[in-house]
Amino acid sequence: MLYQFWIAYLTIARREVLRFTRIWVQTIFPPVMMVALYFIIFGNLIGQRIGEMDGMNYIDFLMPGLVMMSIITNSYTNVVSSFYGAKYSGHIEEMQVAPVPNIVILLGFVTGGMARGICVGVAVTLVSLLFTEFHMHNPLIVLLVALLTSCLFSLAGLINAIFANSFDDITIIPTFVLTPLTYLGGIFYSIKLLPEFWQTASLGNPILYMVNSFRYGFRGSSDIDLSTALLVIVLFIIALFTVSLTLLSRGTGIRQ
Amino acid sequence: MFALEISDLYKTYSSGLEALKGISLTVERGDFFALLGPNGAGKSTCIGIISGLVNKTSGNVNIFGHSIDNDFIVAKSLLGSVPQEFNFNTFEPVEEIIINQAGFYGVPARRARVETEHYLKQLNLWEHRRSQARRLSGGMKRRLMIARALIHKPKLLILDEPTAGVDIELRRTMWDFLEQINEQGTTIILTTHYLEEAERMCRNIAIIDEGNIILNSSMNHLLKQLNSETFVLYLRNELDQVPCLPSFDNVVKLDQQSIEVEVPDRLSINDLIHELESLGIIVERMRNKVNRLEEMFVKMTSKTEKRGLG
Repeated sequence: MLYQFWIAYLTIARREVLRFTRIWVQTIFPPVMMVALYFIIFGNLIGQRIGEMDGMNYIDFLMPGLVMMSIITNSYTNVVSSFYGAKYSGHIEEMQVAPVPNIVILLGFVTGGMARGICVGVAVTLVSLLFTEFHMHNPLIVLLVALLTSCLFSLAGLINAIFANSFDDITIIPTFVLTPLTYLGGIFYSIKLLPEFWQTASLGNPILYMVNSFRYGFRGSSDIDLSTALLVIVLFIIALFTVSLTLLSRGTGIRQ
Repeated sequence: MFALEISDLYKTYSSGLEALKGISLTVERGDFFALLGPNGAGKSTCIGIISGLVNKTSGNVNIFGHSIDNDFIVAKSLLGSVPQEFNFNTFEPVEEIIINQAGFYGVPARRARVETEHYLKQLNLWEHRRSQARRLSGGMKRRLMIARALIHKPKLLILDEPTAGVDIELRRTMWDFLEQINEQGTTIILTTHYLEEAERMCRNIAIIDEGNIILNSSMNHLLKQLNSETFVLYLRNELDQVPCLPSFDNVVKLDQQSIEVEVPDRLSINDLIHELESLGIIVERMRNKVNRLEEMFVKMTSKTEKRGLG
């Protein structure tokens, strides 16, 4: 039976990966182009006037945050659009009628989201080489944080898609929640620049922990203690995993 | 052991609509079973619960003895379903839709490819295997859903309106195909609005109306209960008024040269023709107004003051 579930998992994951790679012009290329523009404008043009941030060139400071932003956005978007699309067109039923446990459905979609997040992350890292030298302080931390963050936002995207009843519902959270949290999550600045109140307030933003632990992996410096950051990410994953599995088991949004 | 056993099945939607009011039903292994009812009677809700697409309020459903609650992995493995609405990703190629479905049932891709070729060829879809599903005609999409439902070799196949919108020639081909897989041992449950289809293929029947099973019997037994049949007669003579046929209750003039007569089972067609001949009326041709099952169906469902066949 485990082998049967393994095949089902591979099928869902493969289908999810094929989905976004087939339409790479819509899924991979735009975020890479957008980040290239960030590098040109904020890294090169404005960055040269900013000087150093946290003891490094601004463009070197910026690079891990931009890669992380791409991973976050693309993991989330992949799952929310794919799962809601399956609900909307009805082909989610293909999995519902089959003997596929909810956890397998969940893992399949999350794998698809993680794959897109990592693909875009790698592509953005490659583009960054045009603007800055490649340096990785701890590749294992980089890989671990990238995988954990893409997993977390894939789960978040799944929950959004489960509750969504229209295409508007799958754009509200990314636009009004995810984007502000990302921009205020220490991608463009060190929180040490902020007044004390806002430094403390920033600690309530989970994306700050991901950006900083990722920056630590690349540059060896972070505003947040690494183990605290990893603990926060893992706790969020456990919480979102539990919520999404419960929702799928109840059939919320997919079974009447 | 029954192929399907439903007991005390209730479904009340969040809107308050009671779609199923405690239905109980059994379907024998190897049967070709018709589940009929007017629109909104509860057929699709019932099928949705069996397939795992609708949460039941209470009751039990067993597929070949396996509960859909406690043993859903085995129960679902034994079931194939063809829904009324197209529910595949229309942007995926035909072949991929079926191979993916096999994967959901744990069939490895290599074996799924062999089976996919078999079913696509059998259902005349092989040459369209690389086309996106949205480019198929309505009939092809129906056949694609049948191929998809059979890919894991289910023992129980549920078809919800499988021939809706399909032309008559293709419909007959699909009937032959379904009869063939039933002969090979697959139990089939069919819902349809083409009652000719149910009468031709099904051995047993249940009629569901307003969330209740109002009839459950063999097709032969049901049709024997039909105590009259209505015929349309095409006449050589032109009629000015409805002919007076004292032995027959419902005689309706359709136009100058055709009438409709209800013949009770105590009388024969010969009795009717003799009475018409005695009035100097010659019958050139005749036909059943509707098929026998349809006549029975309308009578039964109209008893519950419904609008009849929708």
